[in-house]
Amino acid sequence: MQHYAWNWGILVTQPYVFWILSGLLWTMLVALAGWVLALALGSILGVARTVPNRVVRALAAAYVEYFRNVPLLVQIFLWYFVLPELLPEGAGRWLKRDLPNAEFWTAVLSLGTYTACRVGETLRAGIESISRGQTSAGLSSGLTMAQVYGYILLPVAYRVTVPALTSEFINIFKNSALALTIGVLELTSRTRQIAEFTYNAIELFTCATVIYALISLVVTYAMRIAESRARLPGMIASQPTDA
Amino acid sequence: MRIDIPFIVDHLPLLWQGMKVTLLLTLLGIVLGIALGALLAIARLSGIRPLTVAAAAYVDLFRLLPLLLIIFWVYFLLPLWLGRPIGGFYSALVSFVLYEAAYFSEIIRSGILGIRRGQINAGLASGLSYAGTMRHIVLPQALRNMLPVLLVQCINLFKSTSLVYVVGVNDFLMAADVIGTKDNRLIEMYGFVALVYFTACFLASLAVNRLQRRYAL
Repeated sequence: MQHYAWNWGILVTQPYVFWILSGLLWTMLVALAGWVLALALGSILGVARTVPNRVVRALAAAYVEYFRNVPLLVQIFLWYFVLPELLPEGAGRWLKRDLPNAEFWTAVLSLGTYTACRVGETLRAGIESISRGQTSAGLSSGLTMAQVYGYILLPVAYRVTVPALTSEFINIFKNSALALTIGVLELTSRTRQIAEFTYNAIELFTCATVIYALISLVVTYAMRIAESRARLPGMIASQPTDA
Repeated sequence: MRIDIPFIVDHLPLLWQGMKVTLLLTLLGIVLGIALGALLAIARLSGIRPLTVAAAAYVDLFRLLPLLLIIFWVYFLLPLWLGRPIGGFYSALVSFVLYEAAYFSEIIRSGILGIRRGQINAGLASGLSYAGTMRHIVLPQALRNMLPVLLVQCINLFKSTSLVYVVGVNDFLMAADVIGTKDNRLIEMYGFVALVYFTACFLASLAVNRLQRRYAL
């Protein structure tokens, strides 16, 4: 340890400072685009897991079991290396050669579909926590099943699951580091690359650690405000004691 | 495109070599991770302020970071500290233990906190010492409460070991990767890896669910 050449200035030296910033940008892009997909797909899954139709429920359950039980890294490799081979030749070639930023889109697809299964299970729990009377009341007042989901069940489910959804949102930032295995130059990948060039691993990994910590803290803080706004009147969580 | 099943069968012995590394990493990670996690939980519940703060800081910090970043930290830092290379396997193992301990400690802590205070009072009132109350009354119930969550975390650890790929450890995924790349059979190899992980984790999850229904308090 005594031979370590400390150099904190490395973090603000060109071109490394730009490499770190571009890494941060890719981490944000992968995580945010993945989250959009996860929330959309997860909402569909959450609904599909609770509808009366058994076939739809079984299909959604199969989706969740696959994505929950295969390691995310293996899922990424399946999307990246195996999917183009399984598609018709033209589509496969387009994915492998012509699609710009193929690694980025693969990472978004992998993280989005994986996180969707977790978002879906969270929303399912949220929907199941709503008493059946609400559905009956909706149906008997003339709403269709789709309207019951759209106007009653989903809005309530989102609001009661804000804390769980927040931790999934933070997880997608952490999981986005796996994108480096298929060559996305995101934050972890960039700092490791600079560490290998300069041997200043401690400074660079400290920098990455601080950035990931800041992302989590900012998200947690922002969601705490959102949660207090979204809080449902009359629930235990909305007692004035923890305001 | 044709799936070459005999190719997979021919390479089963090599894949098993990789699987043994995966299983060893999982097992050591679980045992050492739970040991460190239990220490952290005890520190956090001790009521001794510096210990509580230190344990809470540890848990919060490790839960903020991607596991991959922790693996890189250990992989670069530990050899620097020890003055000699330690290789991918030990780097990965140390990372898993440090990372999973944070999660295990939260599971153990909430298991203990889930026991009603009246149980401790009852134990003390019936003449047991504090340690005796903990050992005979609180911990058996806490263990029963936390067991399903603890087991789910063990399944997660089993899946996470595939990340040793980034430091070149010859685990199950890496073995499949090497074979598949050499003979241009990545589809068969990655497909097989996914199937094995899926089957193992799916069955383990089913078992945990059954256990949870039978032993829930």
